[in-house]
Amino acid sequence: MDNIFYLISFILTMSLATFVTRAAPFILFHKQGEHPLLVFLGRYLPPAIMLLLLIYCVKDINWFVDKGGVNELIALSVVTAAHLMLRNPLISILCGTGLYMFLQQSA
Amino acid sequence: MTTPDQSLLSSQPSQPVTIANSFKMTLPVLFGYVPMGMAFGLLLADQGYAWYWATIMGVVIFAGAAQFMAIGLLAASAGMFEVAMTTLLLNSRHVFYGLSLIHHLKATGWRKLYIIFGLTDETYSLLTAHHALKHQSHTEKTPLENQEEGKFQFIIAALNQSYWVLGCTIGALLGGAITFDTTGLDFTLPALFMVLVIEQYKATRKLFPFVIALICAIASLTLFDSDSMLLISITMTLALLLGKQQLDIRGLNSRRSAK
Repeated sequence: MDNIFYLISFILTMSLATFVTRAAPFILFHKQGEHPLLVFLGRYLPPAIMLLLLIYCVKDINWFVDKGGVNELIALSVVTAAHLMLRNPLISILCGTGLYMFLQQSA
Repeated sequence: MTTPDQSLLSSQPSQPVTIANSFKMTLPVLFGYVPMGMAFGLLLADQGYAWYWATIMGVVIFAGAAQFMAIGLLAASAGMFEVAMTTLLLNSRHVFYGLSLIHHLKATGWRKLYIIFGLTDETYSLLTAHHALKHQSHTEKTPLENQEEGKFQFIIAALNQSYWVLGCTIGALLGGAITFDTTGLDFTLPALFMVLVIEQYKATRKLFPFVIALICAIASLTLFDSDSMLLISITMTLALLLGKQQLDIRGLNSRRSAK
């Protein structure tokens, strides 16, 4: 029973800490109205973060060992090309992922 | 030529928001979250915990990195203070998501509270991409449109979490019994971010956010441990963006005073 109590407090603590990180800016800045800094960040932080998330996904690839990163580069190029041509996110993502799975699994 | 309205990222303005037409937008997250959640469920079950603990953690914590870290912390019987501190640090990048969403979240009451609770990397990405596309023509919105957008944002957050909970549960229940080779399926997430980078560029038509992000990513990967890359590079990016905004204002003021 001690174990269950530990597990429950563990989960609640982690849940609360995670929620705090997500809610903090809404609590701290909700009164700032249309502050120009926040408007600026609202517009330009998302594109920057999107690129950072993309880089984060491929950061662990070892680019200097034999075929390191080649499959990822091919698949991401396909995603980009498909998206520039058709601009249908679903098609772009599924084509790239399908190709990537094929390349990884047939290696 | 396709117009943004035909895009997956924005629903038709005249169409009412339904789960069905929002579902399409969350599909890449489905394919990314289910295998990732399964990996978590599998690892947790391997530690000897009943399957439903994976489900419960997916429901009440709902953070990939924190949940994976939980496995190690549980094995080490970490104290609550340590659990709270590591989680705060690990998830502190979320603070920046809220910063740029304060004016964009149109939901109110418990729906808004839930969206904030469910603000993962992927949900944030979908919400901001959708917002950027919808607001290219800076028009005033009616309260009714805001209400529809709030409903849409809520559905996106809820669908994404349901995929995560589903993945955690399947992984814990089936364990190693899975035969389908899902190697590479989680590539949907980098592919999604690639698409969103393109969409964000099309919406803002500005290169500087990407240049700043690239510089910060390279700097943080070269100077620091790659596990802390997201937090460090986002912090650096925020600092540079704020600096740029200040310079822009100063430039504007000096041009004004020169007249």
